[in-house]
Amino acid sequence: MGVAQLDQHGKLRHFLSTEGLPRAVLEEILNLADAFVETSGRAIKSVPLLRGRTIAMLFFESSTRTRSTFELAAKRLSADVLTLDVGASSAAKGETLLDTLRNLEAMHCDLFVVRHADSGAAQFFANHAREGVAVLNAGDGRHAHPTQAMLDIYTIRRHKGPDFGALRVVIVGDVLHSRVARSQIHALNTLHVGELRVAAPATLLPDAVEALGVRVFDDLDLALEDADVVIGLRLQKERMRGAYLPSESEYFQRYGLTTERLKRAKPDCIVMHPGPMNRGVEIASDLADGPHSVILEQVSNGIAVRMAVMALCLGRARQ
Amino acid sequence: MLDANASLKLLCEQVRSAWPAAERPVIVGIHTGGAWIAEHLRESLGVVAPISTLDIGFYRDDLSLSGFKGVSSSSLNESIDNREVLLVDDILHSGRTIRAALGALFDYGRPARVRLACLIARDGRELPIQADFIGAQITLERAAKLKLRGPDPLRLELL
Repeated sequence: MGVAQLDQHGKLRHFLSTEGLPRAVLEEILNLADAFVETSGRAIKSVPLLRGRTIAMLFFESSTRTRSTFELAAKRLSADVLTLDVGASSAAKGETLLDTLRNLEAMHCDLFVVRHADSGAAQFFANHAREGVAVLNAGDGRHAHPTQAMLDIYTIRRHKGPDFGALRVVIVGDVLHSRVARSQIHALNTLHVGELRVAAPATLLPDAVEALGVRVFDDLDLALEDADVVIGLRLQKERMRGAYLPSESEYFQRYGLTTERLKRAKPDCIVMHPGPMNRGVEIASDLADGPHSVILEQVSNGIAVRMAVMALCLGRARQ
Repeated sequence: MLDANASLKLLCEQVRSAWPAAERPVIVGIHTGGAWIAEHLRESLGVVAPISTLDIGFYRDDLSLSGFKGVSSSSLNESIDNREVLLVDDILHSGRTIRAALGALFDYGRPARVRLACLIARDGRELPIQADFIGAQITLERAAKLKLRGPDPLRLELL
């Protein structure tokens, strides 16, 4: 625990996790993203909203997609952007997180986008940030990746409409190591999703996963029955130490998403993946590139959703 | 109190006489009250194309004063490049909304000419901006707030 994500008026101050955020805040993000999708379609894609503000990107853990879409989102809001590949600089020299934060505050940064391999890193930054400085979590350990979850949910809403109660959503794969899945589960339940299923081998599920409000399936084919949305998760090999899986090919046989398997889902079912994909492990190539896939649209929507979160966190009136 | 419908009628007459029937402008209403007025002007001008709407929330100059309020999607339905644009708002006061709207408009293209129609022009300009077409002029106390309620019926309310 630590400082709250919402200020005393219920406005978003930091964005660290989807857990515990009220439905109205999640919907405000989604609605605002709509307006940014519209401006992103223009020849001139930027708006002057955050002109003169400074946004620092602190990536202690490597990332291509998340970092570039955050950077583009900040630029399209006309903010000044500082991107620090911290893994390669100060952290390697032993500078503490707190020193890194204080140094960047001395450069008058207004918002930090933080990605770190340790759960709770973004919360740590938020706890120590000066008044008026906002922190966005771009992924912390196994804990949360709230903007990814919101862009996934935004993508679902664009395709399936605003009534989540009518939807059956299936999350497939490595839930245990996935901060994306955790953030998705919290947000989808807050939005009162009709039914949320997870399908994975028991070794890749956290203890007491049902308590998060999901139905657990050992058999993927059963889980896919009448699904509206299927979300494949990446096997996080870099976070696995020990024997979670027999082999990748066996995993694909049991839990790989294929066009054949998807026939059990609804005909207009959409297939999503947060990337980067292990083709032929979690998902077959023809499905990933086929008509059900909205995977590249997720990337485009990610820019608008990240713009929305930045605009809300920096758009609070100064007292 | 001002009658919104009488002002609207005067505004429509002025706008109608400003363009030959063969050359109608692109009508852009500022969200939300301006869009209501723009819809009436469209009917009055006999323009078939739907009006465009502009939400100026991303272009405001008071973000750190009053905070960021929800913004709805703008929809510019046709290109404004080299076209005559009729920009429409409900109440012209400080001129800051129009400044923001011009900024937003020019991110969509380069119009040949922009003219401004406002249902009501009240005193209190803070920028060198004036309307080309006005339904009614009014002088109010500095602290007074005038608001248009609508869209049906249109009603002016002094707060």
